[in-house]
Amino acid sequence: MWLSANESEALALSLSVATRSVLLSLPFALLLAWVLTRKQFHGRTVLDAFVHLPLVLPPVVVGYILLLLFGARGPIGSWLDRVFGIELIFTRNGAALATAVMSFPLMVRAMRISLENVDRGLEDAARTLGAGAFDRFATITLPLMLPGVLAGAITAFSAALGEFGAVITFVSNIPGETRTLPLALYTALQTPGGDTEAARLAIISCVLGLGGLLLSEWFARRVRRMLGR
Amino acid sequence: MMLKVAAKKHRGVFALDANFELPTPGVVALFGRSGCGKTTLVNVIAGLLAAESGQVVLDDAVLLDTGRNIVVPPEKRRIGYVFQDARLFPHLKVAANLRYAFKRAAVAPFVGLDRVVDLLDLGPLMARQTHELSGGERQRVAIGRALLSQPSLLLLDEPLASLDASRREEVLPYLESLRDELAVPMVYVSHNFDEVLRLATHLVLMESGKTIAQGDLGEMSLHPRVRAIIGADAVGAIVDGTVLGTDSSSGLTRVQVASSVLRVHCGEVVPGARLRVQLLARDLIVATEAPRHLSVRNYLKGVVMSIADDVEDSDLIAIDIGGVLIMARVTKAATSELGLAPGKAVWALVKTASLRPRAI
Repeated sequence: MWLSANESEALALSLSVATRSVLLSLPFALLLAWVLTRKQFHGRTVLDAFVHLPLVLPPVVVGYILLLLFGARGPIGSWLDRVFGIELIFTRNGAALATAVMSFPLMVRAMRISLENVDRGLEDAARTLGAGAFDRFATITLPLMLPGVLAGAITAFSAALGEFGAVITFVSNIPGETRTLPLALYTALQTPGGDTEAARLAIISCVLGLGGLLLSEWFARRVRRMLGR
Repeated sequence: MMLKVAAKKHRGVFALDANFELPTPGVVALFGRSGCGKTTLVNVIAGLLAAESGQVVLDDAVLLDTGRNIVVPPEKRRIGYVFQDARLFPHLKVAANLRYAFKRAAVAPFVGLDRVVDLLDLGPLMARQTHELSGGERQRVAIGRALLSQPSLLLLDEPLASLDASRREEVLPYLESLRDELAVPMVYVSHNFDEVLRLATHLVLMESGKTIAQGDLGEMSLHPRVRAIIGADAVGAIVDGTVLGTDSSSGLTRVQVASSVLRVHCGEVVPGARLRVQLLARDLIVATEAPRHLSVRNYLKGVVMSIADDVEDSDLIAIDIGGVLIMARVTKAATSELGLAPGKAVWALVKTASLRPRAI
């Protein structure tokens, strides 16, 4: 193998954290995209702004807020620990939560755009054929917005691989548990003689990012061909 | 059995105020100029648009009654809807589009997949993606899909409007065979009188959101507002008759219409079959004596009922030919020279060559 033990550990951890992050945020992003696109209610603008907050806040602030809410003594963190035995602080699940929050707006955005492009007329047609609300969403709306869902998931996955500030603030920098690629790179730079490792980690990050973009493009093309556009 | 519809709805300056009844099974044409509210009314019937007040009753099923707070949602109305733009699901192949409807049918099927594929000739299209279909094919699939949901009423909103004349001709015969072979009542929206003529049994006339007149097609074909929409050249009575037989020597088919007999060219028909003939006002000639020595084959004896001003110094003469009204256009000069007036006995003459009978 051309990767050192440290490098492959950081790579595997990054992929694991990013996967958990996407799986965690996907259902919530879908729900919020739907609510923000299809529902008219008071406070919609506020909710919209709230969803976009991680885009404009310094990641350290997001990490700090997570620490307050999900820390061992935080209201949600202590409840999760007590009821489900889930510990977030200093764990890879915590890292996944931090990256999920940071990449959430990107995912919601991609889904909203594709949902806005779904022809409501097709849902009406399904309705006259006897399809109820959930049936319509599952069989018409969701398949038609699939390109956006996939694009959102891939963008969020790539962003999760690269998240630094929120992760290091919330779950610290623990080898094998929370030291993802960018954290490993940062650590290497802080270590005397770590230049080569830093460069190698940077290359790995570039290859991953490029791979993500190509994969996303390939998916988009396939879906477009399927829908005949 | 009856379809009863009443609906009131305001949308900006537009006000829908509709009211009609159709004996079922039958085909009612919602006829009127573009933008008169036909689609809005159809959407209210389907339940896709809410009416401020209204009623939709099909046989004994109350689908909407705002007075009694009954609003059945569209997915439970069992109303098939063929949209102007077909609205096939682009992520499903033709066969899957059809199955989508069939799987969700709420009642035991009265028409199966094979029957619909056969009726609409969809076999060669089944494995296609929807974007590979021509406009006419798309509409045939859309009609099939609506039928497979086992509807108790079929709404067709200008299904042929986006097709050119030859494509239209590809779909119309299928609609005719649906009407004849399945007893599903239909509401057919159109501003094309030719389609109405071929498909409808009844006509509801709409103008700026209001249903202003309704009746069976023959009666409505003479309505002044219908005449205004279809244009002077298309004005004429639509009469239904019964085939008496075919003369072997001339090849002409004799059709009993009211108390007269028309001779028409038509293909193979059996005695007793029903035919529909449009007698265009511009094609009719009026005589006050029994005509002789003319090439014209058809003499319809009748009595002048009324005389109305028509386009370009002509009159429209309504003639009762034994319980059925027909219309003839003559110049005002002819009206006065022949002394035409209500009550006068006349003969209406029409060339066989100008008649195009259609089976109903």
